[in-house]
Amino acid sequence: MIRRFSVLILLLALGIIFANLFIGYTPDTELNQTARYYAEHTASDIGATNIVTAIIVTYRGLDTLGEVTVLFLTAAIIGLVLSQGNKPSSSLQRQLPASGELLTTGSRLLVPLILLLGAYVFVNGHLTPGGGFQGGAIIASAALLLLLTDPLYRFSRRLITIIESISGLFFIGLGILGILLAGGFLDSRVLPTGELGSLFSAGLIPIIYSFVGLKVGAEFTSMLGNLAETEKS
Amino acid sequence: MNTILIAIGVLLAIAMIFTAMITIHVKRPAVAMLAAGMISLFASIMFLLLAAPDVAMTEAAIGSGLTTFLLFFVLGRVRGYDDEAE
Repeated sequence: MIRRFSVLILLLALGIIFANLFIGYTPDTELNQTARYYAEHTASDIGATNIVTAIIVTYRGLDTLGEVTVLFLTAAIIGLVLSQGNKPSSSLQRQLPASGELLTTGSRLLVPLILLLGAYVFVNGHLTPGGGFQGGAIIASAALLLLLTDPLYRFSRRLITIIESISGLFFIGLGILGILLAGGFLDSRVLPTGELGSLFSAGLIPIIYSFVGLKVGAEFTSMLGNLAETEKS
Repeated sequence: MNTILIAIGVLLAIAMIFTAMITIHVKRPAVAMLAAGMISLFASIMFLLLAAPDVAMTEAAIGSGLTTFLLFFVLGRVRGYDDEAE
Protein backbone atom coordinates (compact mmCIF):
# COMPACT_ATOMS: atom_id res chain seq x y z
CA MET A 1 0.00 0.00 0.00
CA ILE A 2 2.67 2.47 1.08
CA ARG A 3 4.81 1.33 -1.83
CA ARG A 4 2.03 1.92 -4.32
CA PHE A 5 1.39 5.33 -2.80
CA SER A 6 5.05 6.36 -3.08
CA VAL A 7 5.17 5.18 -6.70
CA LEU A 8 2.08 7.25 -7.42
CA ILE A 9 3.63 10.34 -5.80
CA LEU A 10 6.85 9.83 -7.77
CA LEU A 11 4.90 9.55 -11.03
CA LEU A 12 2.93 12.67 -10.17
CA ALA A 13 6.10 14.63 -9.40
CA LEU A 14 7.68 13.51 -12.68
CA GLY A 15 4.49 14.45 -14.50
CA ILE A 16 4.52 17.94 -12.96
CA ILE A 17 8.19 18.44 -13.88
CA PHE A 18 7.63 17.42 -17.49
CA ALA A 19 4.42 19.45 -17.75
CA ASN A 20 6.31 22.51 -16.52
CA LEU A 21 9.02 21.90 -19.09
CA PHE A 22 6.43 21.52 -21.83
CA ILE A 23 4.45 24.63 -20.86
CA GLY A 24 7.58 26.76 -20.56
CA TYR A 25 8.85 25.68 -23.97
CA THR A 26 9.17 28.35 -26.61
CA PRO A 27 10.75 27.37 -29.93
CA ASP A 28 13.84 29.34 -30.94
CA THR A 29 13.37 31.53 -33.97
CA GLU A 30 17.07 31.42 -34.87
CA LEU A 31 20.04 29.13 -34.22
CA ASN A 32 22.24 29.86 -31.24
CA GLN A 33 25.81 31.04 -31.73
CA THR A 34 27.56 27.65 -31.88
CA ALA A 35 24.95 26.08 -34.13
CA ARG A 36 25.03 29.08 -36.45
CA TYR A 37 28.80 28.84 -36.77
CA TYR A 38 28.57 25.17 -37.76
CA ALA A 39 25.66 25.74 -40.14
CA GLU A 40 27.41 28.59 -41.92
CA HIS A 41 30.99 27.36 -42.02
CA THR A 42 30.74 23.59 -42.59
CA ALA A 43 30.16 23.72 -46.33
CA SER A 44 32.94 26.20 -47.02
CA ASP A 45 35.52 24.99 -44.45
CA ILE A 46 35.12 21.22 -44.44
CA GLY A 47 33.16 20.59 -47.64
CA ALA A 48 30.75 18.07 -46.10
CA THR A 49 27.02 18.14 -46.90
CA ASN A 50 26.13 16.38 -43.65
CA ILE A 51 26.90 18.86 -40.87
CA VAL A 52 26.59 16.18 -38.18
CA THR A 53 29.41 14.17 -39.72
CA ALA A 54 31.60 17.26 -40.03
CA ILE A 55 31.10 17.93 -36.32
CA ILE A 56 31.69 14.31 -35.28
CA VAL A 57 34.80 13.69 -37.38
CA THR A 58 36.49 17.07 -37.61
CA TYR A 59 35.26 19.72 -35.16
CA ARG A 60 34.85 17.21 -32.31
CA GLY A 61 37.19 14.52 -33.62
CA LEU A 62 38.85 13.98 -30.27
CA ASP A 63 35.50 13.05 -28.69
CA THR A 64 34.97 10.47 -31.43
CA LEU A 65 38.38 9.01 -30.67
CA GLY A 66 37.26 8.76 -27.04
CA GLU A 67 34.03 7.02 -28.05
CA VAL A 68 35.89 4.51 -30.19
CA THR A 69 38.26 3.88 -27.28
CA VAL A 70 35.35 3.28 -24.90
CA LEU A 71 33.83 0.82 -27.38
CA PHE A 72 37.19 -0.93 -27.74
CA LEU A 73 37.51 -1.21 -23.94
CA THR A 74 33.98 -2.63 -23.73
CA ALA A 75 34.76 -5.26 -26.35
CA ALA A 76 38.00 -6.14 -24.57
CA ILE A 77 36.30 -6.43 -21.17
CA ILE A 78 33.48 -8.58 -22.58
CA GLY A 79 36.09 -10.86 -24.13
CA LEU A 80 37.97 -11.01 -20.84
CA VAL A 81 34.90 -11.77 -18.71
CA LEU A 82 33.44 -14.35 -21.08
CA SER A 83 36.74 -16.17 -21.53
CA GLN A 84 36.94 -16.79 -17.76
CA GLY A 85 36.34 -20.46 -17.17
CA ASN A 86 35.82 -21.06 -20.85
CA LYS A 87 36.81 -24.58 -21.75
CA PRO A 88 38.29 -25.45 -25.14
CA SER A 89 35.30 -24.87 -27.33
CA SER A 90 35.47 -28.01 -29.48
CA SER A 91 34.94 -30.44 -26.61
CA LEU A 92 31.72 -28.87 -25.42
CA GLN A 93 29.72 -28.36 -28.61
CA ARG A 94 26.17 -29.49 -28.22
CA GLN A 95 23.90 -30.63 -30.97
CA LEU A 96 21.51 -27.84 -31.82
CA PRO A 97 18.31 -28.23 -33.81
CA ALA A 98 18.74 -27.14 -37.42
CA SER A 99 17.48 -23.65 -38.13
CA GLY A 100 14.51 -23.28 -40.41
CA GLU A 101 14.63 -23.26 -44.18
CA LEU A 102 13.22 -19.73 -44.26
CA LEU A 103 15.98 -18.36 -42.02
CA THR A 104 18.76 -20.16 -43.90
CA THR A 105 17.66 -19.07 -47.37
CA GLY A 106 16.74 -15.60 -46.21
CA SER A 107 20.08 -15.01 -44.56
CA ARG A 108 21.91 -16.19 -47.68
CA LEU A 109 20.04 -13.52 -49.61
CA LEU A 110 20.21 -10.80 -46.97
CA VAL A 111 23.73 -10.99 -45.53
CA PRO A 112 25.54 -9.63 -48.62
CA LEU A 113 22.91 -6.91 -49.01
CA ILE A 114 23.21 -5.87 -45.36
CA LEU A 115 27.02 -5.78 -45.63
CA LEU A 116 26.68 -3.62 -48.75
CA LEU A 117 24.28 -1.26 -46.98
CA GLY A 118 26.68 -0.94 -44.04
CA ALA A 119 29.59 -0.11 -46.33
CA TYR A 120 27.42 2.37 -48.23
CA VAL A 121 26.38 4.08 -45.01
CA PHE A 122 29.90 4.66 -43.74
CA VAL A 123 31.47 5.52 -47.07
CA ASN A 124 28.78 8.14 -47.70
CA GLY A 125 28.88 9.46 -44.14
CA HIS A 126 29.80 12.97 -45.25
CA LEU A 127 26.93 13.19 -47.76
CA THR A 128 23.94 11.39 -46.27
CA PRO A 129 22.81 10.76 -42.69
CA GLY A 130 24.70 8.02 -40.96
CA GLY A 131 28.36 7.22 -40.73
CA GLY A 132 30.92 5.00 -39.11
CA PHE A 133 29.01 3.99 -36.01
CA GLN A 134 25.76 3.30 -37.82
CA GLY A 135 27.49 1.46 -40.66
CA GLY A 136 29.48 -0.61 -38.18
CA ALA A 137 26.32 -1.58 -36.33
CA ILE A 138 24.66 -2.59 -39.62
CA ILE A 139 27.67 -4.77 -40.52
CA ALA A 140 27.53 -6.38 -37.09
CA SER A 141 23.85 -7.16 -37.57
CA ALA A 142 24.80 -9.08 -40.72
CA ALA A 143 27.27 -11.05 -38.60
CA LEU A 144 24.52 -11.69 -36.05
CA LEU A 145 22.23 -12.99 -38.80
CA LEU A 146 24.96 -15.48 -39.74
CA LEU A 147 25.16 -16.57 -36.11
CA LEU A 148 21.38 -16.95 -35.91
CA THR A 149 21.39 -19.23 -38.93
CA ASP A 150 24.25 -21.36 -37.67
CA PRO A 151 24.99 -20.92 -33.95
CA LEU A 152 28.20 -22.89 -34.33
CA TYR A 153 29.55 -20.55 -37.00
CA ARG A 154 32.86 -19.03 -35.93
CA PHE A 155 34.31 -15.78 -37.22
CA SER A 156 38.02 -15.76 -37.88
CA ARG A 157 39.40 -14.12 -34.78
CA ARG A 158 42.62 -13.27 -36.54
CA LEU A 159 40.85 -11.41 -39.32
CA ILE A 160 38.80 -9.41 -36.82
CA THR A 161 41.89 -8.50 -34.79
CA ILE A 162 43.79 -7.45 -37.91
CA ILE A 163 40.92 -5.29 -39.22
CA GLU A 164 40.41 -3.68 -35.84
CA SER A 165 44.06 -2.90 -35.15
CA ILE A 166 44.77 -1.61 -38.64
CA SER A 167 41.75 0.68 -38.67
CA GLY A 168 42.56 1.97 -35.19
CA LEU A 169 46.16 2.68 -36.17
CA PHE A 170 45.09 4.41 -39.40
CA PHE A 171 42.52 6.49 -37.53
CA ILE A 172 45.16 7.84 -35.15
CA GLY A 173 47.80 8.06 -37.89
CA LEU A 174 45.51 10.19 -40.05
CA GLY A 175 44.80 12.34 -37.01
CA ILE A 176 48.53 12.93 -36.51
CA LEU A 177 48.86 13.68 -40.22
CA GLY A 178 46.36 16.47 -39.54
CA ILE A 179 48.77 18.00 -36.98
CA LEU A 180 51.62 17.91 -39.49
CA LEU A 181 49.85 19.05 -42.65
CA ALA A 182 46.76 20.97 -41.49
CA GLY A 183 45.30 22.84 -38.55
CA GLY A 184 45.50 20.25 -35.78
CA PHE A 185 44.77 16.73 -34.56
CA LEU A 186 42.15 15.00 -36.77
CA ASP A 187 41.84 18.01 -39.07
CA SER A 188 40.35 16.60 -42.26
CA ARG A 189 41.76 19.26 -44.58
CA VAL A 190 44.90 17.26 -45.38
CA LEU A 191 43.35 16.40 -48.72
CA PRO A 192 41.60 19.10 -50.75
CA THR A 193 37.95 19.58 -49.79
CA GLY A 194 36.89 19.03 -53.37
CA GLU A 195 33.51 19.61 -54.93
CA LEU A 196 30.65 19.86 -52.44
CA GLY A 197 28.45 16.77 -52.61
CA SER A 198 30.70 14.38 -54.52
CA LEU A 199 31.96 11.11 -53.04
CA PHE A 200 35.62 12.12 -53.00
CA SER A 201 35.23 15.36 -51.14
CA ALA A 202 35.46 16.76 -47.61
CA GLY A 203 39.14 15.92 -47.27
CA LEU A 204 39.86 12.96 -45.02
CA ILE A 205 36.32 12.53 -43.67
CA PRO A 206 35.24 9.56 -45.86
CA ILE A 207 38.54 7.77 -45.21
CA ILE A 208 38.49 8.35 -41.44
CA TYR A 209 34.82 7.39 -41.21
CA SER A 210 35.39 4.22 -43.21
CA PHE A 211 38.06 3.18 -40.74
CA VAL A 212 35.77 4.04 -37.83
CA GLY A 213 33.04 1.94 -39.47
CA LEU A 214 35.34 -1.05 -39.96
CA LYS A 215 36.59 -0.75 -36.39
CA VAL A 216 33.11 -0.51 -34.88
CA GLY A 217 31.88 -3.39 -37.02
CA ALA A 218 34.85 -5.55 -36.03
CA GLU A 219 34.38 -4.73 -32.34
CA PHE A 220 30.66 -5.57 -32.34
CA THR A 221 31.35 -8.75 -34.29
CA SER A 222 34.03 -9.81 -31.83
CA MET A 223 31.61 -9.20 -28.94
CA LEU A 224 29.00 -11.37 -30.64
CA GLY A 225 31.59 -14.02 -31.42
CA ASN A 226 32.71 -14.08 -27.80
CA LEU A 227 29.12 -14.39 -26.67
CA ALA A 228 28.50 -17.25 -29.08
CA GLU A 229 31.62 -19.12 -28.05
CA THR A 230 30.81 -19.14 -24.36
CA GLU A 231 29.59 -22.56 -23.42
CA LYS A 232 29.37 -22.26 -19.70
CA SER A 233 27.63 -25.11 -18.00
CA MET B 1 1.61 20.65 -42.06
CA ASN B 2 2.79 21.45 -38.59
CA THR B 3 -0.38 20.16 -36.95
CA ILE B 4 -0.06 16.90 -38.90
CA LEU B 5 3.48 16.47 -37.60
CA ILE B 6 2.36 17.12 -34.03
CA ALA B 7 -0.51 14.66 -34.44
CA ILE B 8 1.87 11.98 -35.73
CA GLY B 9 4.22 12.70 -32.83
CA VAL B 10 1.46 12.34 -30.24
CA LEU B 11 0.26 9.12 -31.89
CA LEU B 12 3.81 7.75 -31.83
CA ALA B 13 4.19 8.66 -28.17
CA ILE B 14 0.93 6.89 -27.29
CA ALA B 15 2.00 3.86 -29.33
CA MET B 16 5.37 3.79 -27.53
CA ILE B 17 3.73 3.86 -24.10
CA PHE B 18 1.28 1.16 -25.19
CA THR B 19 4.09 -1.07 -26.50
CA ALA B 20 6.04 -0.51 -23.30
CA MET B 21 3.03 -1.71 -21.30
CA ILE B 22 2.83 -4.80 -23.53
CA THR B 23 6.54 -5.46 -22.94
CA ILE B 24 6.06 -5.39 -19.19
CA HIS B 25 2.80 -7.29 -18.89
CA VAL B 26 2.99 -10.02 -21.50
CA LYS B 27 3.90 -13.52 -20.29
CA ARG B 28 5.78 -14.96 -23.28
CA PRO B 29 9.38 -13.66 -23.51
CA ALA B 30 9.43 -13.72 -27.31
CA VAL B 31 6.46 -11.33 -27.54
CA ALA B 32 8.03 -9.05 -24.94
CA MET B 33 11.27 -8.91 -26.95
CA LEU B 34 9.42 -8.07 -30.15
CA ALA B 35 7.51 -5.33 -28.34
CA ALA B 36 10.77 -3.92 -26.94
CA GLY B 37 12.12 -3.79 -30.48
CA MET B 38 8.95 -2.03 -31.59
CA ILE B 39 9.54 0.70 -28.98
CA SER B 40 12.93 1.40 -30.57
CA LEU B 41 11.36 1.43 -34.01
CA PHE B 42 8.76 3.99 -32.92
CA ALA B 43 11.51 6.00 -31.21
CA SER B 44 13.55 6.05 -34.42
CA ILE B 45 10.53 7.34 -36.38
CA MET B 46 10.16 9.98 -33.68
CA PHE B 47 13.80 11.03 -34.12
CA LEU B 48 13.20 11.24 -37.87
CA LEU B 49 10.23 13.54 -37.27
CA LEU B 50 12.41 15.70 -35.01
CA ALA B 51 14.86 16.14 -37.94
CA ALA B 52 17.63 13.95 -36.52
CA PRO B 53 18.15 11.25 -39.18
CA ASP B 54 21.59 10.27 -37.83
CA VAL B 55 20.22 9.47 -34.38
CA ALA B 56 17.25 7.71 -35.99
CA MET B 57 19.63 5.48 -37.92
CA THR B 58 21.60 4.55 -34.80
CA GLU B 59 18.40 3.82 -32.90
CA ALA B 60 17.03 1.65 -35.72
CA ALA B 61 20.31 -0.25 -36.20
CA ILE B 62 21.26 -0.82 -32.57
CA GLY B 63 18.05 -0.46 -30.56
CA SER B 64 15.69 -2.26 -32.86
CA GLY B 65 18.06 -4.43 -34.92
CA LEU B 66 21.02 -5.61 -32.89
CA THR B 67 19.36 -5.67 -29.45
CA THR B 68 16.33 -7.63 -30.61
CA PHE B 69 18.51 -10.09 -32.51
CA LEU B 70 20.76 -10.46 -29.50
CA LEU B 71 17.86 -11.05 -27.12
CA PHE B 72 16.48 -13.76 -29.39
CA PHE B 73 19.93 -15.31 -29.69
CA VAL B 74 20.23 -15.47 -25.89
CA LEU B 75 16.66 -16.79 -25.61
CA GLY B 76 17.54 -19.60 -28.00
CA ARG B 77 20.52 -20.46 -25.83
CA VAL B 78 18.50 -20.47 -22.62
CA ARG B 79 15.82 -22.65 -24.19
CA GLY B 80 18.46 -25.08 -25.38
CA TYR B 81 19.72 -25.53 -21.83
CA ASP B 82 16.17 -26.03 -20.59
CA ASP B 83 15.62 -28.84 -23.07
CA GLU B 84 18.85 -30.47 -22.04
CA ALA B 85 17.95 -30.38 -18.37
CA GLU B 86 14.61 -32.05 -18.86
